[in-house]
Amino acid sequence: MSNDIRTLTARLAEEPASLAFLELAEALRRRGQLDAAYKVARGGLGRYPGLADAHDLLARILGDQGDLAGAFDAWVEALRVDPMRTSALKGIAFLYFRAGNVADAREHLQRAAEIDPDDQSIGQALARMQSGSGRPVSADAGQPAHGSPAVTPESGDAEPSNGSGDDGLLLVDGNGMRLSGSLRSPRNEEVGDRVAAELAGVSKEATRTARLLGLGGWQAIAVESPEGNLYLVPPTPDTVLLTVREPSLPMARLGLIAERAARDARAWLGVQE
Amino acid sequence: MSPANTALERVTQVPGVRGSLLISGTDGLVVAERLMDGIDGRAIAALAGSLIQRLGRATAGAGLRIPTFVHLRGSSGSVLAAPGQNDLVLVALVSLDANLGLARLEMLDAVGRLN
Repeated sequence: MSNDIRTLTARLAEEPASLAFLELAEALRRRGQLDAAYKVARGGLGRYPGLADAHDLLARILGDQGDLAGAFDAWVEALRVDPMRTSALKGIAFLYFRAGNVADAREHLQRAAEIDPDDQSIGQALARMQSGSGRPVSADAGQPAHGSPAVTPESGDAEPSNGSGDDGLLLVDGNGMRLSGSLRSPRNEEVGDRVAAELAGVSKEATRTARLLGLGGWQAIAVESPEGNLYLVPPTPDTVLLTVREPSLPMARLGLIAERAARDARAWLGVQE
Repeated sequence: MSPANTALERVTQVPGVRGSLLISGTDGLVVAERLMDGIDGRAIAALAGSLIQRLGRATAGAGLRIPTFVHLRGSSGSVLAAPGQNDLVLVALVSLDANLGLARLEMLDAVGRLN
């Protein structure tokens, strides 16, 4: 742990109600410790839900994690609290541009330029957009997060059983926490929590992709890999169920297994069909 | 015709395929495209690229190698993606009545020829 993070952690421990969480989360983000940064920022937001800085910071962390839908929502919230916040306008412009929506990207940049005409980066981004070259603006005015490994999320309470007891099935909530099931890598390591953390982002990404491309709601994602096939289904809007099997099992059959498991999951969650 | 355009041509001939494109997986930019009118290739590239990256992290987390084929099924259609070498990903947008099996085979063959 670096000195600055140690110092900030100590300060936050001494004064939990202080705004030190902003600096600590940003320092963690810059070091690529995105899960830890997310937890700190979320904790701070719990105390200061009306602080635009905190929503802005959370958006940048989510953006670094690849959760673009989450980043979008956080920047929208930052703007709701502070409509003059140019960093949020630039961030949203960046996301619109990535989604191919140049008109809305330009509109947000122009609003940012009106608010802060001295910010040269906005003018440059608009010019680049006009010429159609490259990304118009970075979602992050600061340095990008480093690519160091993510912090392994803490496990939840005792794992509930859905009756299947099946390795290779993983039920995950909308925050990337494992609700049930377990998963082992080909080297027999328990990887359930790590994969669960990634799946929350996958669900949001799939929802966004399907919606923006006119595919309706997402129903399933089938993923083929040399060592195994994965099948993802959303038993409910807030959960994702992953089924992993050997690549020799036909994907369509894996889909049937996953759909059956999704029905079991809905029953376990108390959702009526 | 370039190898990329040949690959796209073959994929778009499959019944139900509304368009295909070759994208850069890392930054989600269009390298080549063959799409029906009204379909925004840049949006598909950005969204598919981002989803593939996220799925790649999930499979890596599970101790598996990067995906060789991905199928996102929606209630009104699907997106298919076949990551290849050199960061290229072959993507297809297909309707509900598409021959998915044939589209998959054509895409895997096409992306293999690009490698």
